Amino acid sequence: MSVLIDKSTRLLVQGLTGREGTFHAKQAAAYGTTVVGGVTPGKGGTTHEGWPIFDTVRDAVREEGANASVIFVPPPFAADAVMESAEAGIAVIVCITEGIPTLDMMRAMTYLKSRPHVRLVGPNCPGVISAGRGKAGIIPGHICREGRIGIVSKSGTLTYEAIHQLTRLGLGQTTCIGIGGDPLIGTSHIDALKLFAADSETDAVIMIGEIGGSAEEEAAAWIKEHFKKPVVAFIAGQTAPPGRRMGHAGAIIAGGKGTAAEKMAALQAAGVHVVKSPADMGKAIKEMTGS
Amino acid sequence: MKIHEYQAKAILARHGVPAPRGEVAFSAAEAGQIARKLGGGIVVVKAQIHAGGRGKGGGVKLARSPEEAEKLADTMIGMTLVTHQTGPDGRIVSRVLVEEGLQMTRELYLSIVLDRASGKPVMMASPAGGMDIEEVAAATPDKITKVYIEPGVGLMPFEARQLAFAIGLDGPQVNKAVKLMGALYDAFLASDASMIEVNPLVVTASGDLLALDAKMNFDDNALYRHPEIKDLRDLGEEDALEIEASKFSLNYIHLDGNIGCMVNGAGLAMATMDIIKLSGGEPANFLDVGGGANAEQIRNAFNILMSDKNVKAVLINIFGGILRCDVLAQGVVAAVKELGVRVPIVIRMEGTNVEEGKRLLKESGMNFTTADSMGEAANKVVQLAAKT
Repeated sequence: MSVLIDKSTRLLVQGLTGREGTFHAKQAAAYGTTVVGGVTPGKGGTTHEGWPIFDTVRDAVREEGANASVIFVPPPFAADAVMESAEAGIAVIVCITEGIPTLDMMRAMTYLKSRPHVRLVGPNCPGVISAGRGKAGIIPGHICREGRIGIVSKSGTLTYEAIHQLTRLGLGQTTCIGIGGDPLIGTSHIDALKLFAADSETDAVIMIGEIGGSAEEEAAAWIKEHFKKPVVAFIAGQTAPPGRRMGHAGAIIAGGKGTAAEKMAALQAAGVHVVKSPADMGKAIKEMTGS
Repeated sequence: MKIHEYQAKAILARHGVPAPRGEVAFSAAEAGQIARKLGGGIVVVKAQIHAGGRGKGGGVKLARSPEEAEKLADTMIGMTLVTHQTGPDGRIVSRVLVEEGLQMTRELYLSIVLDRASGKPVMMASPAGGMDIEEVAAATPDKITKVYIEPGVGLMPFEARQLAFAIGLDGPQVNKAVKLMGALYDAFLASDASMIEVNPLVVTASGDLLALDAKMNFDDNALYRHPEIKDLRDLGEEDALEIEASKFSLNYIHLDGNIGCMVNGAGLAMATMDIIKLSGGEPANFLDVGGGANAEQIRNAFNILMSDKNVKAVLINIFGGILRCDVLAQGVVAAVKELGVRVPIVIRMEGTNVEEGKRLLKESGMNFTTADSMGEAANKVVQLAAKT
């Protein structure tokens, strides 16, 4: 098993005809993902690189049975794209787009609340990859290896770093989920952990957090009560100055809250193995799982 | 993005949040004129910088006459104002707000910000105005009342009344507060603000509610649809290197250490700073060159890094993923040659064609140090920085 993406995934690409969309659709297909087509309003009925293009997500669902979508549309139109996919009944929506206005996402999240069967991952994230099965997003397939570790991370390239460390140690992954570094995101650390808890093939999880907000503290409380598998955590931004936005819109220590120290302490208290150095994530998992 | 107090008050006033009468002055003479225009009585002269705590630092003063206002403005404009929020270097004051002096009976607190956990705007009110809200939250959390606003519904009058009663308003002030809070919410939505803080919100002797101070921050991602707000950006409040970096879409934050970092991705960039510190060094900056780092971006990034004279060594940590390492290596070699970079450079890269990339670095004849992991790279760069 894996979570979110597997061999039954029929992936739609919103913004397929753009440069990024085209490149990553090809990468996903090369990795073995079933890419069924794209949506670009106004280009419906045409084809692009051999894939059918639809005007609306509804059309793509009806014609091709799309059940997952990955979004590469520009920021001003991305929240609209998320809601369109949700309305059309797409179950897994992965939004890669970076730079979406927060109030747009607030509206999209409100819209999604009345559609609890829909899972949004992101925005501003690298997406999801299930090793050896398929991917929706931009995580490079060649660094992954099939195995039994799950990864959930706020950061893109730091996710690659974690995957790379595991693969080098001979440990593979079930699914790697980049949840994104924005203030409002569809899938939280807890949501991802719930998926891994229910996945019989996932033995342990690497959780990567960042300064800002309180999602890591909430995850710590949840892990303490509910999560039985070993967890290794790293929190980026231990040396970040307060009041400065560290790249990601959500990565800011505001009013003395959201510091790495608080998050690390909460996770440690929940029995999570917290590593101080990002270089130790893979090693710690290897020690904990004895594999 | 941040703006000045007088600009925030102007935006809020357009939405119906009242503030004392006043204008901004860029010179002492202007300050005097404004004081006369306000009636020649008592005025307050307030230094305009993007940081709080101005009163304690001598940036807010009372003038009893236009002449005194002129004198105060003359001292303030050009002075370096240090507050607990500016850091030890302080900020140079380039303008002052001259406002009518008011008799007030109470100082309250009102703000609105997005709550991440609930995904809703939260309006907060407190009877303890004029103080740092973090201190109030830590010492007397029961003095803060919050209302979580349903995005599809907006701020309802009963919610605003709950806040108004909680901060001890009564009589006709309650309806005035309901109107003011509604206006504050409108301003929040209409301007894509990330935070609005009115501290203090005052009750005047005549029973009016006024925003005596106002702070507004905006969502950078939404500035494209607010050109009039984007125009309010004050470059004088920002670090020169950070302004330069933003021209090239580089995410750069200047720090105090001596190890320059160049990384792709915000999380990896923070993690690289962390591991430098753990290895005994001090990062000179945060720098995210973005996901699609190319030769041009690498050159721009080197330009910014080397403008910081404290930088004694550079660590490049790029996890290419899809980016090809040979392309990256060519970019680094070209940039170092062109810009004549002399400090030692440690490169850790991963991605497609990593062996070819390493070969190119080696054959360039330049003094690069390569590393296979983040830990190794951090150790090497800390040693090199200590030697020079």
